[in-house]
Amino acid sequence: MSQILDEDQRIIEFDVRTDEMLVNMGPQHPSTHGVLRLVLRTDGEIVSEMEPHIGYLHRCAEKIGENLTARQWIPYTDRMDYLAAMNMNLGWALTVEKLLRYQVSEKARHLRVLITELNRIASHLVGMGAYGLDLGTFSPFLYAFREREKLLDLFEEVCGARLTYSYITVGGMTADLPPGWLQRCEAFLDQFEPVIREYHTLLTTNAIFVKRTANIGVLSPEMAIDYGCTGPVLRGSGVDIDLRRDGESIYTAMYDGYAFEVAVMKDGHYPRDHEYPAVPRDAVLGDCWHRFFVRMLEVVQSMDLVRQSIDRYSQCKGPLGEPLKLAEKLPAGDAYLETECPKGQMGFYLVSDGTSIPWRVRARSSAFSNLAVSPELCRGCLIADVPAVVGSLDVVMGEIDR
Amino acid sequence: MRGTDFVSELEAAVEGAVIGRELETLDPWLAISPEKLLETCRWLKESCEVRFDGLQCITAIDWLETDPKKASKVEWEPHTELVYHLWSTKARASLVLKVKLPRWKDDQPGQLPEVSSVEGVWRGADWHEREVFDLSGIRFLGHPDLRRILCPEDWDGYPLRKDYEMPLEYHGMRGR
Repeated sequence: MSQILDEDQRIIEFDVRTDEMLVNMGPQHPSTHGVLRLVLRTDGEIVSEMEPHIGYLHRCAEKIGENLTARQWIPYTDRMDYLAAMNMNLGWALTVEKLLRYQVSEKARHLRVLITELNRIASHLVGMGAYGLDLGTFSPFLYAFREREKLLDLFEEVCGARLTYSYITVGGMTADLPPGWLQRCEAFLDQFEPVIREYHTLLTTNAIFVKRTANIGVLSPEMAIDYGCTGPVLRGSGVDIDLRRDGESIYTAMYDGYAFEVAVMKDGHYPRDHEYPAVPRDAVLGDCWHRFFVRMLEVVQSMDLVRQSIDRYSQCKGPLGEPLKLAEKLPAGDAYLETECPKGQMGFYLVSDGTSIPWRVRARSSAFSNLAVSPELCRGCLIADVPAVVGSLDVVMGEIDR
Repeated sequence: MRGTDFVSELEAAVEGAVIGRELETLDPWLAISPEKLLETCRWLKESCEVRFDGLQCITAIDWLETDPKKASKVEWEPHTELVYHLWSTKARASLVLKVKLPRWKDDQPGQLPEVSSVEGVWRGADWHEREVFDLSGIRFLGHPDLRRILCPEDWDGYPLRKDYEMPLEYHGMRGR
């Protein structure tokens, strides 16, 4: 009976003559995560073509970098992915250290893991909450921001800023942790752990959420690699790559001895290091649901890493070390380094002519490549699915436009 | 990606492609002749044993010393350099290609230098090439839709060139 009804409806839909229409979404559309403009060519409810227009937040960060010393550019990296500024700082600091062949103290390395993994949690919380907003549910956003607020308080104690930290810098950190901070961080983790179950009830297993995301915007692993997609977008398609494990030695050395499993579906199942809800029946590897789920797994994974780094950091007896001079002279040459940021692999490229001011700096944005694939994912979907697809890529315009 | 075997394979497959190399540096790189770029990239992605299936980044570097005092001391002639960062998901290895281009085609200021687009090899090159075109002024031949991406479409000049000057005025807004 229901089958006949379905067919009938389709006939009716084809009978109604529709005209092709250009629909403009943004740049102020609430579901576009900032100033992103999408131009949709639609036929009725079906999107035949989608084209993102970017650049509304372009601030010439690369050009500015040619006029500052390497360490002075750190605050500009804050303003790329402003939801994960610690990870941006780390990417640039490591690139400069790679060119200088400089290695920070062991204590600084553990502190870097601690702080960037905390920031990854904060970033994924926004990603999760905002994704709920995209799909028309408001409450997960509040739940996510309630916890993120506590994280921002922790960051504020460390460096005085809530969003643009500039905490990790070339050669180390700008300051050590304040007294009692580790206890407060542990208290946060203890309180946060059970909350994740709430999130799974609110979104991951929510029937409406699953209907809106499962089997929508399916990205094949081949296409993901071809477009240069990285991070949770790539892992959501089942490609087992995480630079914390597979990256360059200067970066992976930070994670030496840490136990973690890459959040990716292997042989039909996700890591079983914790209790997770089951994958819904309708979900297909590479769809919006899987991209979302990988982020949720990474929140738990980052919590484990933070706990491990707290232990290691407090066992380190030596000093933290001082950062390098503001106008440290750079050797002539170039260095490129990618790090695993919450949104994907963020790369920095530094070309030096032997002075303290770089000749050229380049930021390879992960969200830029992740967004580039969105026209492919939106072709043939419904208008209402466009925010679901774009939201699942978790883009930040500050990083795309630089 | 280290190892010379791989380079000799490339040299045999695409004759005259490799015109320079530095394999012992931080990021080993090969200098590729601009005419052979497309063929080289196709080989690296499709035929090479380590399949470089990911194009991570395209960077254009403008080598021009605008300070006349320093210009006499630099060792290089003014030119533009394109840097391609490739990555292989299978081997977890990376490779850097460098392509040297003139700053202007036929040394005629205003004539953009040209190189073939690799969009047909890696789809991800589409936006990266548009960005390089937009900010550094390099024309990618065979690109399906070479438009500005970050700057407005009627913007004048190429901001990441060393001799770029901000326009005094843009649609009634003061630039400087």
